[in-house]
Amino acid sequence: MSALSDVSTHAMAGARWRISEVAFWVLVLACAFLFPSRYLIMTDIVRLGLFALSLDLILGYAGIVSLGHAAFFGVGAYSAGLLALHGIINEPVIALVAAGLVAAVLGFLTSFLVIRGVDLTRLMVTLGIALLLEALAERFSDITGGTDGLQGIEMQPILGLFAFDMFGKTGFFYSLIVLFVLFLLARRVVHSPFGLSLRAIKNNPLRAAAIGVPVNSRLIAVYTLAAFYAGIAGALFTQTTALASLDVFSFERSADLMLVLVIGGTGYLYGGLIGAVVFKMLQELFQSITPQYWLFWIGLVLVVIVMVGRARIHRWVLFVPNLVIRQFAGRKAAVAVPESDVS
Amino acid sequence: MASILTNLFDGVAYGMLLFVLACGLAVTLGLMNFVNLAHGAFAMAGGYICAVLVNQSGWPFFAALPLAFLGSAAIGIALERTLYRHLYSRSHLDQVLFSIGLVFMSVAAVDYIMGSSRVFIKLPAALEGQIDLFGVGIGRYRLMIVVICGLLTLALQLILAKTRFGSRLRAAVDDPRAAIGLGINVPQVFAFTFAFGCGLAGLGGALSAEILGLDPYFPLKFMIYFLIVVTVGGSSSITGPFLASLLLGIADVAGKYYVPKVGPFVIYTVMIVILLCRPNGLFGRTAAR
Repeated sequence: MSALSDVSTHAMAGARWRISEVAFWVLVLACAFLFPSRYLIMTDIVRLGLFALSLDLILGYAGIVSLGHAAFFGVGAYSAGLLALHGIINEPVIALVAAGLVAAVLGFLTSFLVIRGVDLTRLMVTLGIALLLEALAERFSDITGGTDGLQGIEMQPILGLFAFDMFGKTGFFYSLIVLFVLFLLARRVVHSPFGLSLRAIKNNPLRAAAIGVPVNSRLIAVYTLAAFYAGIAGALFTQTTALASLDVFSFERSADLMLVLVIGGTGYLYGGLIGAVVFKMLQELFQSITPQYWLFWIGLVLVVIVMVGRARIHRWVLFVPNLVIRQFAGRKAAVAVPESDVS
Repeated sequence: MASILTNLFDGVAYGMLLFVLACGLAVTLGLMNFVNLAHGAFAMAGGYICAVLVNQSGWPFFAALPLAFLGSAAIGIALERTLYRHLYSRSHLDQVLFSIGLVFMSVAAVDYIMGSSRVFIKLPAALEGQIDLFGVGIGRYRLMIVVICGLLTLALQLILAKTRFGSRLRAAVDDPRAAIGLGINVPQVFAFTFAFGCGLAGLGGALSAEILGLDPYFPLKFMIYFLIVVTVGGSSSITGPFLASLLLGIADVAGKYYVPKVGPFVIYTVMIVILLCRPNGLFGRTAAR
């Protein structure tokens, strides 16, 4: 067997659907029917999961640390809001794609700023872009509604068939389908040669360049893709809540997003989705204990995660499932173990 | 003309304040390469210590300032010894997450203890009002800030350049391994520097309560300013951050006064452009390690 075909069979084996993955999506679908009274919070989780998936693409696969990912979320949210408000594109699905494309264009333009420089410069530039957009949205209040946000958005039925209802049922299934479609796309992308080259870049940019990977253009491409995803998440936010306000750009949103992804683990796509579920549950829990000061507990969770070590926590969490799988299947653990450190 | 000079002076005072607030960060972020987004939390701690002492215990303002310094430095060294020092060798992502966590905790804790409204520190009568200098109106409080911060800057420069501790710190930063080999206790030097930087931030926080406003969201609101000072100023010397903070202070005050509508994004745009042209800062030395 030649080296090349060996690599490709290896990659193909990695891309196969595992039982645990199928089980995950069946579980998600089951939740949709089991908790009909919780559509609003579940929509929230789906949206957050999609947003975290977008950050995972650049953080987990390309190793770009971003403190301003809310910029694309916000642009998507406002684009969808403006499109619906002024009746430019009435059909939600087309508006969704359009909003994602707007965010992708912004991502493409800013990616040139981001690929320059080291971690610290990237942090500053991404943070700066998000703050800049927030300031712009506040400044052009005649377009964005300023601190009041966009008001009076009315959503047309999806595909002209399914109207948004007040219980959020349509919104939830709409979000879930969007998430699943985009997840399939992301899964295809990260298992493609393109995705493999991103991992090479993350592990060692210099070496990746030496074996002929065009580092900069790959980073630009994935950054644009991630911006598209974040824009879609933002547009979903606007479409399902009929609301877009300045806080879509806020630093807290970017920071929470990192927490979501860190809880779930980076670099295996499900991290963002699992993290979103855990994060929302934690948030609900803390808000029910101390309504006003839940931020403290979120901060504590962050500190503890870092101090104990992300890899170690994930090992602990996966210990029991792995044990069960080993017992019953009699083979190596099938639960995906998140990749260790992002440097 | 006079109003231009007054604004310029306000800008200088603001810039010097930013420098005192951020110069501790210049050491941790610029020299030790630790991304510490929680620096503003130490400044806030100093501000609240001063506010409690002056408003509730009736201390004179000038006696409370040194205590703001000491209090923040004590918190700083406690955290450095227990938490921060484990993270020096970790990835930037871990450092960012950890310090964001600290910021969130400090915001909520201060909100819980002190309430969420803005806190004012009672100033002595001697610091209120303006004095007229060659026809230019100058706020007494701002004049005091310029004097205090100017003296501090000089002292810092002298400590770094002339004292034994300064040369140890420079050695530890230039090449920690060689410094350890020469018998310099590098962790101790870093811990002390970290605490000193936190103390300065605390002092700056106490001084800035009047100008920037002190509320539980202080660390989040001014985080970007501190980061701008350090990244734009570079970290090769104390002069870089100093000039950067003066520039930022003057630009911010002038921006808010003359073009109030586009104020904030001028600063962010300038920052992004500078970082693109010179990723190591305006006065940077070599590539970051």
